[in-house]
Amino acid sequence: MMIEILNINKTYETGNRALRNVSITIEDGEFVFIMGRSGSGKSTLLRLLLKEAEPTSGKIIVNAMDLQKMPRRYVPKYRRKLGFVFQDFRLLQDRSVFENVAFAQRVIGASGRQIRQSVPEMLKLVGLSSKYKSLPQQLSGGEQQRVAIARALINRPEVLLADEPTGNLDHGNAIEIMKLLEQINQLGTTVVVITHSQDIVGQMGKRVITIDRGQVIGDDGIEGGNTHEN
Amino acid sequence: MRISTFTYCLKQGIKNICRNIWFSLASVATICACIFLFCLFFSIITNIQYMIKHVESTVGISILFDESLSEEEILGIGEEIKKQPEIKEMRYISAAEAWDSFQREYFAGNEELAEGFAQDNPLAGSASYEIFLYSIDSQENFVAYLQGISGIREVNYSNTAVAGLSSLNKVVGLLSLVIIGVLLAVSIFLINNTISVAAAFRKNESQIMRLIGATNFMIRAPFIVEGVMIGMIGALIPLTAMYFIYIRTVSYVMMRFRIFSGIISFIPIDQIYPVMILTALAMGVGIGFFGSFFTIRKYLRV
Repeated sequence: MMIEILNINKTYETGNRALRNVSITIEDGEFVFIMGRSGSGKSTLLRLLLKEAEPTSGKIIVNAMDLQKMPRRYVPKYRRKLGFVFQDFRLLQDRSVFENVAFAQRVIGASGRQIRQSVPEMLKLVGLSSKYKSLPQQLSGGEQQRVAIARALINRPEVLLADEPTGNLDHGNAIEIMKLLEQINQLGTTVVVITHSQDIVGQMGKRVITIDRGQVIGDDGIEGGNTHEN
Repeated sequence: MRISTFTYCLKQGIKNICRNIWFSLASVATICACIFLFCLFFSIITNIQYMIKHVESTVGISILFDESLSEEEILGIGEEIKKQPEIKEMRYISAAEAWDSFQREYFAGNEELAEGFAQDNPLAGSASYEIFLYSIDSQENFVAYLQGISGIREVNYSNTAVAGLSSLNKVVGLLSLVIIGVLLAVSIFLINNTISVAAAFRKNESQIMRLIGATNFMIRAPFIVEGVMIGMIGALIPLTAMYFIYIRTVSYVMMRFRIFSGIISFIPIDQIYPVMILTALAMGVGIGFFGSFFTIRKYLRV
């Protein structure tokens, strides 16, 4: 799934200019970090990609489809092509690991048989097969994030968007999660990770797009692999 | 819709109810009160209407003619009256028949007392018509029409029982409309509150659902299921209570006021109950559905 963000501007009703002339292209199957301090506009970019918000100007083209021209009734279908991982995991505390992952399939109307088949496979991929009965509060932070990743991947999305997936984890767990995301990327899923951790980004050796005050100030994935700082 | 999706929505709806059990119970209780009163007034109104129909069929208008008119002239006037569309039934009672009927009624067992009149009908000139109308509502106009016909000496009619029942029916109808209206508003308000609380409880879940790509229908369905179930329970409880109350009340009134059995007659339960079930369930489900639908639209704009 190719993502083209073209000259995007986003100004909120409060007058806050979250994004200014942002242009990014993410190729199918890429692993990209979007880096920036808090308030730099990273999360706004994600919201635009998820079609939770509309840009003030500019275009977002996903798989040759202009998101602004997409009718509202197609939005759920579009979102099924994206997997989303939150910093705070957002697991359903009253449901087991199995049910948390199955939840993503249930709500899009998957059959019981499909759920029984794919959830164990996904739990195996994230290394939580033995903990399928556990409740989220019985798991460590890293394990909870694995459940969240399994939930994001269960519907076989083409792109995985992760908003600070390691923000609540210690270094060891953060590296583990990053390795898992890399493994998922190797299986063909485009992975976009939003982070402010220089440390993690440095260890992964992937493309890094840096955003500051709503502007792209660095992209080491552009032709020539240059990074420029204002 | 897949069975698994339906089961999922149903389960989540039940979970919502259990999670906010007190709010849910308050909503059920108000809908119960609303539908119970509806059933009560519905029974009263339909039974009064039934009684009015019953009384209408027994209360007639009788007209007496000027004594100077011959039987042919009376029958001629009768033919004219018969053309009126309000008339359901019209019967001619000749002077001889009137006297025969009088004798049967008043001299039963003492027939010899009437023998003195054998050659002389004391009710000569009392030939009359007995008229029954389709609806008692047209009685007043019809009586005025009769009184305007020359040759008619007297028009006898009674409308006190029917008028009493009619006005009682109007008062009960109006009162029930007001009370049911207020209770409907309270029910919708409470359903609204219950669903709002459930929506707040499930905000995180709904947001995740939205990002996963669940449709609006899928996100809203558990709340609508919750509303519909509350409405349905709120209808079934008063319907069950009403079934027994109706049977007991009817048998009590029929026993206690046997003397009025001519006027008081009730619709049998097997005739009134199916209509009551359908209307009350439609009301309960309707309150639940629309109450939750509009609330959730407001809270979970996708």
